[in-house]
Amino acid sequence: MSTPTPTRADRSRPADRADRAAPRFVDSVALIAGREIRMRFRSKAFLWSTAVLMLAVLASVVLGSIFGAQESTTKVAVVAGASVAVDGNDALEPVPAYDQDEAEEMLRAGEVEAIVAPAASEPLGITVIGLDSPPESVVAALAVEPTVELLEPAATDPTLAYLVAFGFGLVFFMSAITFGSTIAQSVVEEKQTRVVEILLSTVSARALLTGKVIGNSVMAFAQIVAIAVLAIIGLLVTGQRVLLGGLGTSVIWFVVFFAVGFVMLAALFAATAAMVSRAEDIGSVTTPVTMLVMIPYFLIIFFNDDPTVLAVMSYVPFSAPVGMPMRVFLGEAQWWEPFASLAILLATAAIAVWIGERIYRNSLLKTGPRVRLGEALQG
Amino acid sequence: MLELHDVTKRYGERLALDAVTFTVGDGRLTGFVGGNGAGKTTTMRIILGVLAADGGSVTLGGAALTEADRRRFGYMPEERGLYPKMRLLEQTVYLARLHGWSPATARRNALELLERLGLAERADDTIESLSLGNQQRAQIAAALVHRPEVLVLDEPFSGLDPMAVETVQGVLADVAASGAPVLFSSHQLDIVERLCDDLVIIADGRIRASGSGEALRTQHATERWELLMTGDAGWLRQAPGIRVDEFDGGWALFEAESDAARRAVLAEAMARGEVVTFTREHTTLAQIFREVVR
Repeated sequence: MSTPTPTRADRSRPADRADRAAPRFVDSVALIAGREIRMRFRSKAFLWSTAVLMLAVLASVVLGSIFGAQESTTKVAVVAGASVAVDGNDALEPVPAYDQDEAEEMLRAGEVEAIVAPAASEPLGITVIGLDSPPESVVAALAVEPTVELLEPAATDPTLAYLVAFGFGLVFFMSAITFGSTIAQSVVEEKQTRVVEILLSTVSARALLTGKVIGNSVMAFAQIVAIAVLAIIGLLVTGQRVLLGGLGTSVIWFVVFFAVGFVMLAALFAATAAMVSRAEDIGSVTTPVTMLVMIPYFLIIFFNDDPTVLAVMSYVPFSAPVGMPMRVFLGEAQWWEPFASLAILLATAAIAVWIGERIYRNSLLKTGPRVRLGEALQG
Repeated sequence: MLELHDVTKRYGERLALDAVTFTVGDGRLTGFVGGNGAGKTTTMRIILGVLAADGGSVTLGGAALTEADRRRFGYMPEERGLYPKMRLLEQTVYLARLHGWSPATARRNALELLERLGLAERADDTIESLSLGNQQRAQIAAALVHRPEVLVLDEPFSGLDPMAVETVQGVLADVAASGAPVLFSSHQLDIVERLCDDLVIIADGRIRASGSGEALRTQHATERWELLMTGDAGWLRQAPGIRVDEFDGGWALFEAESDAARRAVLAEAMARGEVVTFTREHTTLAQIFREVVR
């Protein structure tokens, strides 16, 4: 051996060498997730849909407070002599009238909702006069009701329970569908534009999938938190403190379950999307996963008052993110139940991610017709 | 030195690669030639680890390739593509960072390379807004931005305009000159012939010939000679022991029965006029290709 052959390491400039480390898995994942998030913020469709969603949340809170406030007072013309019946009634705002003719004028002009006039022959001593239909709110305000006592009072107002169920269901459904289809599109985009081959020659399929799932999960999570914060601020500002009470624990559980449940769904969305090569085919291939998201949404709306269905839902991984927080809210769940359900969800999510990665890795480079599931699983 | 040894790949029943063995030397521009479906893309995908081989080995400097080694490869796949909505500079920096470069160096490398490829003014344009020619240059930037120590390019010249071909040739030659093994496939035999130090010819998943261009030409040289002289070379038809294959005025391509007959031709030609060339026929890559693939 006269001259030693230069090794590969000798060739590259030493100054550059220092800047270049063998990329670790977490670094690659962070870069990929960062790109997903950056590109999402650059999408006008995403920014607009988020703005609309936020406005809708704010509007429903504000409108709720306006309607709630409107109920409280109704203007009535009170003909002299009937004021005793109206005084001290919070629901009615009396407008004094000299006689019945003046009161009728006010009613016809729409200044008041009804007239309360003295009538000696009536048991209550007054008559309520309406314009074209019985003024029910006024009648109700003046009615004498017996005291009601319940032997087994329901823990929660059923209307409120319905609203909370609807809220959990809708938020989960909307976020899972929105970000699920976003991740599906992002997977197919890489396949369709063929950039995936360059990526796979640089990072592993696992890093690519993990980065995508984390990037989109962070976005979905941020949106959920933003909605929650906006709703809470809205409720506080408009003074609807009542609604907030008792929601706290269940909202925390909802957020925890959502985080795990979304990762599971995201992996499944990514895996199924990887089986097709064109954006047009995403819809048909991801339908089974979409169903998994829609079923709990409809179940919770129809069965939020059925403890048996709720109990089952709270343990089935796909509906647990909605079912378990609901039961926590209703006070039906034992303290350990959310933990047990979360364990089941975590295990299922791990399996889903494992299967998802397999399908993803085996399908990414197969362009052309849709990859069959068996083929994708075998590799 | 990048070495493939007995690499085999099956797609179902079909044997796509059958004991593929060849080497790409350090600093050698190696052309990879073969018809459609011969196995070029499959071979390159296996080198990059994008596809797993069913058998055989790929080694670099004698050691089996690791994931970390492959991160230092530059690759241009046959199926071109980048993120259409990302900006050119952003995209190249992103790829460099995926390969492990620090943000600052990734950016410096990318800017330098875009300048070199004539894309500096387009740095902030999205990929989808670039012209087709510039998109191809962008693809080259994507393959080179991380300063690869081994370069594997699948059809880098296909669809390039002549100016881009020139740029790419220059870039490839530079990378090879820095000591990196460079392997590229091409249908354009004239480019391969002009550019390459070494050649690998593949057909039906088997390597039919490989080695330096010089060696292959010698190996496949014909026994034909070429004469170019002033005046008419028509007399050659009557020369003893000579068979003229092609003829045009003062130029002729002929086969000689013996060395003596050939020397007699040279003497005669010098007597009849001035001899411009008298040489063995130059074997083109196209000829070698036809011969080994047959």
